Amino acid sequence: MSITVEQQQPTANPFQAPRTAHNARRRISNIAIVALSLLATAFAVAVLLFLLLYVLRAGLPYINLDLFTKIPTPNGEPGGGLANSIQGSLILVGLASLFGIPLGLFTGIYLSEFGGRGPIATGVRFLVDVLTGIPTIIFGLFAWIFIVVPQQSFSGLAGGVALGIIMIPIVARTSEVVLRLVPNELREASLALGATESRTILRVVIPSARNGIITGIVLAMARVAGETAPLLMTAFGNPFFNSDITQPMDALPLRIFNFAESPYQAQINQAYAGSLVLIVLILITSFAIRWATGGFKHGGR
Amino acid sequence: MDTRFNKFGKEPPAVEFEITPMPKPVESTHVPKVTIAGAATVLNPEAVTKIDVRHANFWYSAKQALFDVSLPVREKHVTALIGPSGCGKTTFLRTLNRMNDLIPGTRTEGEAILDGRNIYEKSLDVVALRQRIGMVFQRPTPFPKSIFENVAYGLRVQGTSRKRIQERVEASLRRAALWDEVKDRLKTSALGLSGGQQQRLCIARAIAVNPEVLLMDEPASALDPIATLKIEELIVELAKDYTIVIVTHNMQQAARVSQYTGFFLNGKLIEYAPTVELFEHPRKKETEDYISGRFG
Repeated sequence: MSITVEQQQPTANPFQAPRTAHNARRRISNIAIVALSLLATAFAVAVLLFLLLYVLRAGLPYINLDLFTKIPTPNGEPGGGLANSIQGSLILVGLASLFGIPLGLFTGIYLSEFGGRGPIATGVRFLVDVLTGIPTIIFGLFAWIFIVVPQQSFSGLAGGVALGIIMIPIVARTSEVVLRLVPNELREASLALGATESRTILRVVIPSARNGIITGIVLAMARVAGETAPLLMTAFGNPFFNSDITQPMDALPLRIFNFAESPYQAQINQAYAGSLVLIVLILITSFAIRWATGGFKHGGR
Repeated sequence: MDTRFNKFGKEPPAVEFEITPMPKPVESTHVPKVTIAGAATVLNPEAVTKIDVRHANFWYSAKQALFDVSLPVREKHVTALIGPSGCGKTTFLRTLNRMNDLIPGTRTEGEAILDGRNIYEKSLDVVALRQRIGMVFQRPTPFPKSIFENVAYGLRVQGTSRKRIQERVEASLRRAALWDEVKDRLKTSALGLSGGQQQRLCIARAIAVNPEVLLMDEPASALDPIATLKIEELIVELAKDYTIVIVTHNMQQAARVSQYTGFFLNGKLIEYAPTVELFEHPRKKETEDYISGRFG
């Protein structure tokens, strides 16, 4: 045979990849992807940090006791506070959670546990996804048409309903996803012990997915706590204390929205202080919920 | 292991076939190497048939997975189901407590008689059935609850009184040879146990409700050899009081723990016989090929 077989040189280090053009390209693209991910993350974090610091710097000097105890002063007179807005926000989010969470949760349970891949569940899933994407002002419009117009008055109820409807798809979708992650063996193990389906879901499946469900609920609450648009035509705003849900009600985002474009510097300052309060309030609520439901103890599961 | 259950006598049993596949001659010329005298001490000739399965057929939608399976499950004995992957042994096991009902589009025909009632009957109360026929799964499935609550789960389902639950939990954990390892941390999460402990916990949980039959779907396949040994000892021990059906990939395990063995292939029960007989004198060519390691 006249074919000469080229003998491959034994390399010094068998783990050292040969320096070919192909390997160089692989190395470079690898470095590029890593660098790109780091850069994008750094940018995103920088923007968020800047935003937080900015609000902190602009709002912190105007945080005082009056802010939490007094109502706004008329037209730019110094002093006053946002107590009515904080109270209103708490009532509105509470009202929204009151029916947004159970409706969302049970929809999620249906989708994950009973609906399967059937045509009804597929339809519901599609609708829920569409609902998540609808601009929130549409929900405000809905509440305006069905509650504000018949009642002939803006009201906290209308605002709560609008916010609650916004919560439903968020809670439903996140709970469905985390419920699906529960291994089927757990359901079977429970059923094999003679448990009914409802007991299995309530005692085994939901507790297994608890942390994920709580995360979904907290996310939904945080999301609606900051909603402004749907409240413009429902809760409307109110410069006085009001805990009557049939009457117009103030909310922090509404107050911030109104004060931020005010000609009076005092009100602009209060808008920043209000923003800070809103952020902290959301943080406290999510921590409180996690703490109360024991979310910290079980960690990863 | 208890020598009472060593049905192979003192001589190394056919268990060795997997390590050194015995070149078995054809049936007619086959000479048994091992005496099966030991088997008589374990095999009770008057064993009652607990579940009598007759002509079971099973379909996943249009695909038939079981073909005319007939097999008696003897009371207070261990029946092993062996066969290659996808042969239908797990499917068959799951028909016995109607777990397949959970899979949409499945259909079972034939009958499995338990105390005069057909398990496959549509109108049967599956919840009541599953309280009589417990199940242990391939992977340990502890609930995200405390060790105590895991074992108490089935009892709470049945509405057992608080005092009785206390007793049953302890008795079941003792029975599953887990009590000494967990008695000081009953209130801690079951997820903190090792895999082998979790599986024994699942066995304790299954026997807590006092079922008559225990179905085990490859209960040791996810465990290390030591944990496997413990589970096997436990199975032998439990067979004194419970009727056990175990699916296993491991033929040595079948030989070690069972008194009867059924060999499945392609959805058919090829051969059913006392374990010693099946391993020593397989009547069918397929059985012999499988246990001598020629396929599977």
